[in-house]
Amino acid sequence: MLEIKNLHARVEDKEILRGVNLLVKAGEVHAIMGENGSGKSTLAGVLAGRDAYEVTEGEVRFDGKNLLELDPEERAREGIFLAFQYPVEIPGVSNTYFLKAAVNAIRQHRGLPEYDAREFLKLVREKMRLIHMSEDLLKRPVNEGFSGGEKKRNEIFQMAVLDPRLAILDETDSGLDIDALKAVADGVNALRSPDRAIIVITHYQRLLNYIVPDQVHVLMRGRIVKSGGKELALELEEKGYKWLEASVREPQPV
Amino acid sequence: MTTATSTIQELANREYQHGFVTDIESESVPRGLNEDIIRLISAKKREPDWLLDWRLKAFRHWQTMEEPRWWPNLRIGPIDYQDIIYYSAPKPKKKLNSLDEVDPELRRTFEKLGISLDEQKRLAGVAVDAVFDSVSVATTFKKTLAEHGIIFCSFSEAVREHPALVRKYLGSVVPYNDNFFAALNSAVFSDGSFCYIPKGVRCPMELSTYFRINSAGTGQFERTLIIAEEGSYVSYLEGCTAPMRDENQLHAAVVELIAVGERAEIKYSTVQNWYPGDKEGRGGIYNFVTKRGACRGVGSKISWTQVETGSAITWKYPSVILQGDNSIGEFYSVALTNHKQQADTGTKMIHIGKNTRSTIVSKGISAGNGQNTYRGLVKVLKGATGARNYSQCDSLLLGDRCGAHTFPYIEVKNSTAKVEHEASTSKIGEDQIFYCKQRGLSTEDAVNMIVNGFCKQVFLNLPMEFAVEAQKLLGVSLEGSVG
Ligand SMILES: Nc1ncnc2c1ncn2[C@@H]1O[C@H](COP(=O)(O)OP(=O)(O)OP(=O)(O)O)[C@@H](O)[C@H]1O
Ligand SMILES: [Mg+2]
Repeated sequence: MLEIKNLHARVEDKEILRGVNLLVKAGEVHAIMGENGSGKSTLAGVLAGRDAYEVTEGEVRFDGKNLLELDPEERAREGIFLAFQYPVEIPGVSNTYFLKAAVNAIRQHRGLPEYDAREFLKLVREKMRLIHMSEDLLKRPVNEGFSGGEKKRNEIFQMAVLDPRLAILDETDSGLDIDALKAVADGVNALRSPDRAIIVITHYQRLLNYIVPDQVHVLMRGRIVKSGGKELALELEEKGYKWLEASVREPQPV
Repeated sequence: MTTATSTIQELANREYQHGFVTDIESESVPRGLNEDIIRLISAKKREPDWLLDWRLKAFRHWQTMEEPRWWPNLRIGPIDYQDIIYYSAPKPKKKLNSLDEVDPELRRTFEKLGISLDEQKRLAGVAVDAVFDSVSVATTFKKTLAEHGIIFCSFSEAVREHPALVRKYLGSVVPYNDNFFAALNSAVFSDGSFCYIPKGVRCPMELSTYFRINSAGTGQFERTLIIAEEGSYVSYLEGCTAPMRDENQLHAAVVELIAVGERAEIKYSTVQNWYPGDKEGRGGIYNFVTKRGACRGVGSKISWTQVETGSAITWKYPSVILQGDNSIGEFYSVALTNHKQQADTGTKMIHIGKNTRSTIVSKGISAGNGQNTYRGLVKVLKGATGARNYSQCDSLLLGDRCGAHTFPYIEVKNSTAKVEHEASTSKIGEDQIFYCKQRGLSTEDAVNMIVNGFCKQVFLNLPMEFAVEAQKLLGVSLEGSVG
């Protein structure tokens, strides 16, 4: 489903991704771990098309399409969903209104009729139950004044409503209390399906007890330096990242 | 430049949608301004002497006044007051006996603007007075309103049919010598709307006036007078458009609202979409308007809501004089400037009575090279014990060539008064736009959504039908904005 080859990306003059390779198949859940500043959010941003990042080398294919030449909204409509590490507030725009516009933009792209108010409400109700989302948050402006945990839950709720093919969760677990973590994990697990792939970016092995990944990758200084099964997360928990330092080879000066 | 911004910039420069000209025979007075012209206008309207005298007094006073230059932030091209046609009216084919006899060409013009003069087709809840250049061409639902004792008609008709009311209230809130443009208006005003709500009557429908400038070289100088007696309520809407022309046209209106009795309430909403000029700043309307309301009754209320998207230059400060104890003044405003538009707008709340309250919510949006200024005055006089004001002025910038300025003036002479002011300026966030796009929305929809969200507090105060209109208008006016 997603194929990343030798991906290099920079912000301004700073090279952050330095040759990422990753293959994610439909139905799989991949976890990406790594130190602060190693480039995890950058990778997520590049996949979603954030234009602060400049791709200098490599390619990304999504269902065979060249992802890098699509606009961010086209990627979203093709089925890429990013749960933001820092969800953005949009004052005065109700969560419901925002989501309805999003759902219909995506449906239109897929050649489906737009949802009317009733159909949309039905869908929303169903997903609210799934994520244990409160009605109150739905009526309020997008993320405005939401607590950190509420914002994260809202991201997962949006994911559930938008029904993406590839979901990238950027530290959705950080800042969640134990119940919220479970609720979010339940939600994600409920959305696991043979034709959907999920990439989970996290610092905590704990989340992976709930969302059991098929593969775990370690990103270090812009490269994936180690991949393994779910046991790798436990090993990292125990040993930290230092022991992997050796596997990061600095590029030779030209 | 990032792609988000460049896409916003690329958004089609959809043209001003009301820019057409109606080809209709019109009758106008010669260009220029002198006492003979004023006599001619007054004669054409078969006015009583007292009104002609009032006009002449205003004119003589105007001649002693200097054109105001007290906004260093506004760039205004010179206005040649002798080069303006002060009166232009579509030539009546014959005397109108009913709405059915309105010139079909005029009827079509208003249909094109989305204003139906046909009572059957019109949404049941809105009565319309349609003003074309200098005169009112039709007023709908007069009969229905008359059954409630409500008078809603053109200003000229009010002068003929209800002279005592007009004479009593004309100039009582905005005197003829108030300011340069109000004086000019008092001298040459041609038509406008008049509305009177008797004691205890809640007006059963929205009243609205639609102003249309058509002829070239003309100015529009209308006057609106609304009087609400004790315990009455009226909601009044005003809309305006003009053709696209290369020269600037002057619109200098005066609006006077009087909440006469106890608990009288007037809600006045404007969606102003005069031609803003082209991208280079050629043409467009100079919108220099004096709007003021007086809350005379105890517990009376006047509420101004305005959405200003048009005009090359907007200069207006809808104000409320809070005379009655416990009276309430409100001002909700959205002002958008794009391309080379300039807006200097705000309000004055003058607290005179005890426990008077005022609320000011101003949302300024600047895009392109637009310059947007909030200028407001909150004045609490000595006797206004317990007066309260809350002001909130937010500015949103799209791009970095535009500007936002806030000048809140506060004068408090009573120590029990509470005056609160909050202000913010923010740039529309790349991260907000990206967030929307990541959820599948186009840049255009994202910007519209964010801007509309920013204006939400104001739109909530508009009548439903108008709110939808205002949101669409904002979308169109933003086209080709940021850069
Ligand atoms: N817009 C930017 N301007 C400058 N530097 C940036 C920008 N965005 C990211 N970086 C830098 O790129 C590096 C990688 O950042 P990134 O956010 O991808 O890290 P991360 O792995 O997600 O870290 P964390 O675990 O703390 O979320 C950091 O050193 C960061 O400072
Ligand atoms: Mg991160």
